[in-house]
Amino acid sequence: MDLYEYQGKELFATVGLPVPRGMVAVTPEEAKAAAAQIGGRVVVKAQVQVGGRGKAGGVKLADGPAEARSVAEQIIGMDIHGHTVHRVLVEEASDIAREMYAALILDRGAKKVLAMLSGIGGMDIEQVAHEHPEALSRVWVDPLAGWSDYVSRRLCFGAGLGAELVRPMSDVFTKLWDAFTRYEATLVEVNPLILTADGRLVALDSKFSVDNNSLYRQPAVAAMRDVEAADPQEQMALERGVTYVKLDGDIGVLGNGAGLVMSTLDVVADAGGAPANFLDVGGGAKAEEIVSALEVITSDPKVKAIFFNIFGGITRCDEVANGVLTAVAQMGITMPIVVRLDGTHDVEGREILAQADVPNLFVEATMLAAADKAVALAAGRES
Amino acid sequence: MAILIDKGTKLVVQGLTGREGSFHALRNRAYGTQVVAGVTPGKSGQDVEGIPIFDTMRDAVESTGADVSLIFVPPRFAADAMYEAIDSGVRLIVTITEGIPAHEMLKVYNYLRAKGVAMIGPNCPGIISPGKANVGIMPPQIFLPGGVGLVSRSGTLTYQIANELTQKGLGQSTAVGIGGDPIVGSSFIDILARFQADPETKVIAMVGEIGGNEEEQAAEFITREVTKPVVAYIAGFTAPPGKQMGHAGAIISGTSGTAGAKKEALEAVGIRVGVNPTQVAALVQEAVAEL
Repeated sequence: MDLYEYQGKELFATVGLPVPRGMVAVTPEEAKAAAAQIGGRVVVKAQVQVGGRGKAGGVKLADGPAEARSVAEQIIGMDIHGHTVHRVLVEEASDIAREMYAALILDRGAKKVLAMLSGIGGMDIEQVAHEHPEALSRVWVDPLAGWSDYVSRRLCFGAGLGAELVRPMSDVFTKLWDAFTRYEATLVEVNPLILTADGRLVALDSKFSVDNNSLYRQPAVAAMRDVEAADPQEQMALERGVTYVKLDGDIGVLGNGAGLVMSTLDVVADAGGAPANFLDVGGGAKAEEIVSALEVITSDPKVKAIFFNIFGGITRCDEVANGVLTAVAQMGITMPIVVRLDGTHDVEGREILAQADVPNLFVEATMLAAADKAVALAAGRES
Repeated sequence: MAILIDKGTKLVVQGLTGREGSFHALRNRAYGTQVVAGVTPGKSGQDVEGIPIFDTMRDAVESTGADVSLIFVPPRFAADAMYEAIDSGVRLIVTITEGIPAHEMLKVYNYLRAKGVAMIGPNCPGIISPGKANVGIMPPQIFLPGGVGLVSRSGTLTYQIANELTQKGLGQSTAVGIGGDPIVGSSFIDILARFQADPETKVIAMVGEIGGNEEEQAAEFITREVTKPVVAYIAGFTAPPGKQMGHAGAIISGTSGTAGAKKEALEAVGIRVGVNPTQVAALVQEAVAEL
């Protein structure tokens, strides 16, 4: 789960990492009030989880409350690369002497925590790595050993920063490590990390991603989940505990197992169709689980046909067949549903569906034949 | 031969008295796996259909000579169970549990490696050496003994491909589901190295998916270390960046981790990549015919 800048900064503040004084506003009036309270020159920043907001006009300076109100009016509601701005962060403007970059990343390849520091900040780190590799220093930290000050020293000297920055930078990284481990992040990035004219290091931005598997024991972070920004189907799926990802086609796809469903999407695309979603029903074959999943899929008005792809392992195809029949009857679905049953008790499962003789239910034995059928049905070529 | 598990494997099940644990352990035993012990703290002296229960892993290993542990405990207790297994003297751990926090896995992984213990999973279906042993939750009826080494990041997709292989008469030496989490105990490379060393494995089928760069690393490893033919499959060509496709590991961040990039990396070193599971089975058949 990715957090917004202001949420990441709230977490930074809890570990004592300095951030500019700021307040969140959802209306221009609130932005004005925030600017009045902060005093002096402020920055109004769009809160979106996408890069390039500055260039898109989502970050603006304002001299006082009246101007903060007018720039907030421009920014709130703006579309930045497909993301609508619902909130702005109003912050005291900083006196920047130098922009740097600091990050901690859970490196799944190395199975360590990758710490990075660059004396050049405020730009895309891939670009820094490419154009100024000498300015970027990297150290992999063993999670069993934890943070050690020598790592900070290696980072600082490696990035070519002066000895005078070693101690304050070590303080920043110790706090960053604290935030990273305390909130079980997969990424914390401060870009830019600024040195102010009066010699303080301040986190001017934050990028914070947390591990979804840890949310059960991270109530403060879990409460930051932004359900309102999710798409209506994704929100419905979240509430029902269904693993669903919205795509933009017209064939609703569901199956058992994440890998198999991903493969199903690819097969549908190869057959010339466009999947409307990813949905993993897991090992469940019970009618209520199937109903729950189908309700999410059919609430998307674009869906014209459904492809239900099951490979029976421990789950038996005859149980799935009965679950599908109950669900379809209960929901009164009229759009075409292609069911592919293969694996354990597949012959019995297909027989159950064939005997039920539901006019909009089509049964196939292979994934490829089922994909072709679903694509043809969605295109109205067959009925 | 086969890899990781065979007829001589002695299995201890952590969480045997739970619903999932007993269901699958008894299925594993029915297949022929020697299930010698279960561990549930406070339940020593009891048994599950004749399988003795011990309070600690150390007791179970000392009393029964178990060398492989299968873990079914819930996510919040799983790291503890893995540490206990690592310290008990087993050589291999298979963790089925899904939903273990990544920070815990990061530590467990580094501890495992330091102790020289192997692990498959978490969030995996387990291992089967057809005709010899089944450790985990894979449905054995779709597998057939033979010479194809199958390694995959996913569960049902493994079954799909195993089934297609079996229907073509292409049996498997061992099928390994390494798991769908960002941090798992064994990578493709670890398993490829074992298949390369296993005389019974003639052809290797590798089933990857979006996220991370394991398939790219595997491609590089194969050119250096693997002389047996490898056929690959990658799921997730239609996955949009930034969206997690079910598995915690299946998320494309930035420009890396896409199915296209993986396919390209594999094909660049001469590995055949099938566009769907059916074609993967056909390519394996082709590779077997060329032997």
